[in-house]
Amino acid sequence: MRNIILITSKEIKTYFASPMAYIVGGMFLGLTWLFFNTSIVPGESNPITESNVRGYLEPTTLLFIIFSPLITMRLFSEEEKLGTLELLLTSPVKDWEIVMGKYLASTVILISTLLCTFFYVILISIYSTPDFGPLLSAYLGIILYGIATLGVGVFASSLSSNQIVSAVVGIVILLLLSFLDSLGAMIDGIPSTIFNEIALNYHYGDFTKGVIDIRNIVYYLSTASVFLFFTIVILQMRRWR
Amino acid sequence: MIELKNITKYYGDFPAVTNISFKIEKGEIVGLLGPNGAGKSTIMKMITGFMPPTNGELSVGGYDIVTQSIEARRKIGYLPETVPLYTDMTVYSYIEYMGLLRGLNKKNIKSKVDNVIEICKLEDYRNSLISKLSKGFRQRVGISQAIIHDPEVLILDEPTIGIDPNQVVETRQLIKNLSGEHTLLLSSHILPEVSSICERVLIIHEGEIAASDTIKNLSSLMSGKNKIEADIIGSPQSIVTELEKINDIKSVEFSINKSSSEFSTFTIETEVNSDIRSEISKIIINNGWGLIRLQSIGMSLEDIFLQITTSE
Ligand SMILES: Nc1ncnc2c1ncn2[C@@H]1O[C@H](COP(=O)(O)OP(=O)(O)O)[C@@H](O)[C@H]1O
Ligand SMILES: [Mg+2]
Repeated sequence: MRNIILITSKEIKTYFASPMAYIVGGMFLGLTWLFFNTSIVPGESNPITESNVRGYLEPTTLLFIIFSPLITMRLFSEEEKLGTLELLLTSPVKDWEIVMGKYLASTVILISTLLCTFFYVILISIYSTPDFGPLLSAYLGIILYGIATLGVGVFASSLSSNQIVSAVVGIVILLLLSFLDSLGAMIDGIPSTIFNEIALNYHYGDFTKGVIDIRNIVYYLSTASVFLFFTIVILQMRRWR
Repeated sequence: MIELKNITKYYGDFPAVTNISFKIEKGEIVGLLGPNGAGKSTIMKMITGFMPPTNGELSVGGYDIVTQSIEARRKIGYLPETVPLYTDMTVYSYIEYMGLLRGLNKKNIKSKVDNVIEICKLEDYRNSLISKLSKGFRQRVGISQAIIHDPEVLILDEPTIGIDPNQVVETRQLIKNLSGEHTLLLSSHILPEVSSICERVLIIHEGEIAASDTIKNLSSLMSGKNKIEADIIGSPQSIVTELEKINDIKSVEFSINKSSSEFSTFTIETEVNSDIRSEISKIIINNGWGLIRLQSIGMSLEDIFLQITTSE
């Protein structure tokens, strides 16, 4: 645990020391604010409701397709480029601790950015009396959605020493995972069910309705785990190469 | 402290290291000497647990590097050839991070970092970003991270490569000072570097050990190695007298050939690095003797050394 925390805190420090952090964070917040505003229906007696929150959180899930790989792209690519991966892999630290340390750093970064959007929720509760149930479950959903996409991003980062390549690979995988359900809608039978079950979007809807289904939680956590496992495999292949 | 048994490493189909065995005792200072591409870095990457050998057994401090990797790695301080550094960190925070990764605890990390900063003479750059440092100073930061946790085994891969000459001298001095406290394995393609720092040398050539001995023995071996053999027809006594007049010749011996009494075989020892065969043949012909054979012998080690000792 000690090693994981050590790596996590180093990665968080490094992340926020770069201007990139503020550009990415700023863009994320700017866009969610835009989504929030467009979801407000002017002229209604209760202009802001929890459906607004859904209104802006839904498109926010799509933002992860780009933002998660931007957060994670340097995690392994930069180590590979600088050669420091060799030091990390020869330190008395286990491969999975390295992967977890870096992954946790990215989740801390993502969740803290998401918490900033909680400001909108405060706005809502000032102007109206929202139903906090679906609101909080929607937030739980989006956090789970986010940490699943970060798993994909960490994996992509382990594939290349070039950050841009890593980001692009991450975005492509996430695009596929996000829109598999649209593909699933076009066909039927068992393949359709499989596509739906794998799709990131498919498991989000329930959360916005205030339904917390354990299966959806398991889905997001296992998606993250599977990609983190792949990352460990990639690291070990680097050793055996 | 370090033991390799029949270690082989393939990169794909290419054998970078073949069937190497050696043992380094606690406190020894050993140099891996060999030209570029000999396999020095590959050997070090296996010892440090970065990559497993394709075949063979390797242990550090009694721990197998594959099955007890974490325990083995705990004993090692390692400076890879590329001197990997987080360039966006300061000297202090980089060394601190590496120390914590190697298992030092938060309580005494500060005094440890301060101590290596002093040993490596980095006081003035404590809070500088690593990206701002010259190559020589980066090298010292690299050495600092390798020794921060007082490792029993210190492994330095070409520690003076690519830094400017006056810093090379300082860096060598620094390594020499360190060597007392650690088992040290250093690689280099520069003979004087190894001979000035190490007690023992392993000469690596095309993935194999070409020679392994103390520096002392190797240099005496070398001085005896430059020999020429010649079969000459003529009076042996007068041939010896004439040949001994050549400057670079140290000694001449002869033996009468038993099967054919026509010629005698001469063994001529010369100074290192001088080839005087043409001079010898001239003298023989001028005196009207018959030259049957003239050949350099027993120079394999020397040959290897010549390949290795590219100009510094
Ligand atoms: N990752 C790698 N993949 C394939 N071949 C490699 C790799 N690393 C080194 N080699 C080859 O293995 C041989 C030994 O390399 P190396 O151990 O780096 O030698 P040295 O450190 O003595 O210069 C060289 O021929 C080199 O080209
Ligand atoms: Mg090398």
